[in-house]
Amino acid sequence: MSFINYMAREINCKLVYYGPGLCGKTTNLQYIYERTNPEAKGKMISLATETERTLFFDFLPLSLGEIRGFKTRFHLYTVPGQVFYDASRKLILKGVDGVIFVADSQIERTEANLESIENLRTNLAEQGYSLDKLPFVVQYNKRDLPNVASMEELREMLNPTNVPDFEAVARTGVGVFDTLKAVAKLVLTELKKGG
Amino acid sequence: MINPQMVMYEEEFNQIQAVVDRLVRDANAKVVFIVDKNGQLIAASGDIDNVDTTSLASLTAGNIAATGGMAKLLKENEFATQFHEGEKANIHIQLVGNRVILVVIFDSRSSLGLVRLRVKKASEELNHIFESLLKKVQEPGADSPFAEITDEDIDNLFND
Repeated sequence: MSFINYMAREINCKLVYYGPGLCGKTTNLQYIYERTNPEAKGKMISLATETERTLFFDFLPLSLGEIRGFKTRFHLYTVPGQVFYDASRKLILKGVDGVIFVADSQIERTEANLESIENLRTNLAEQGYSLDKLPFVVQYNKRDLPNVASMEELREMLNPTNVPDFEAVARTGVGVFDTLKAVAKLVLTELKKGG
Repeated sequence: MINPQMVMYEEEFNQIQAVVDRLVRDANAKVVFIVDKNGQLIAASGDIDNVDTTSLASLTAGNIAATGGMAKLLKENEFATQFHEGEKANIHIQLVGNRVILVVIFDSRSSLGLVRLRVKKASEELNHIFESLLKKVQEPGADSPFAEITDEDIDNLFND
């Protein structure tokens, strides 16, 4: 649910990074945080366990600049990927404006990817959203690893509706900003439609 | 339209800000702020230069969401009030009209009793303001200022 503030002339939108455990959602945010000018970002917050697994969410506020005199602010969230944190994932999806699905390209994570994207659909539907109508992009992460599935296979499994998708290596930043820009664009286009 | 939008106009913002400013004084608080349930900061007052209100806003919303999740499991509607006591700072969190969250940060110059009392009154006022704001947003003809943005405007945002 975007928030338009006429008084502050600001538009705020919420983006959520979703995906199976250890696929690189937090790494995406960390890279964005490291590579953004200090004046365009706020503090990054990670609610993580002692072993640095996301427990509740990561949060990063970003300013993207002005559009027609309105400052555009995006709040980036990640969900905890581990299966048993489903209750937390549902909470973080509340009021979402755009979703990035981060897939782990490794062949042995095929099932985890499928389970996670199915879980995304279910959790969105519970709140009256449809993944097919929401601004949505897919990122195939860890493309630098040797044991990855082919892009054709991944696309067929995870992106049958042909939304914008990107190959990425979040650790080194490959594809990270392309993914973010694509979903931000979709969210703003949705606003333009009067959403 | 998938999501109902939260919109803030000047008139209502000024009313909200007045309530928040007064609450800082009446409750002897350090900081008072209002957040929507998605973690967007709506208004803040008091010693806000020394706190990271954006982060606090998002964490407060996460906190309320988690507590709401627990309430649901216990077949409660909501836990509308939360209080966290620290050594120096205390936080009082109140859900207002199941829509926005009123947060009061205070120290030993105030007391939980006083904060509770003042929050109760402020909550009622805020509830009225947000109700009328909601009506205004739902009125037909309240066009989005973004209807006129072009693809070019959006592209320009990313030309860096």
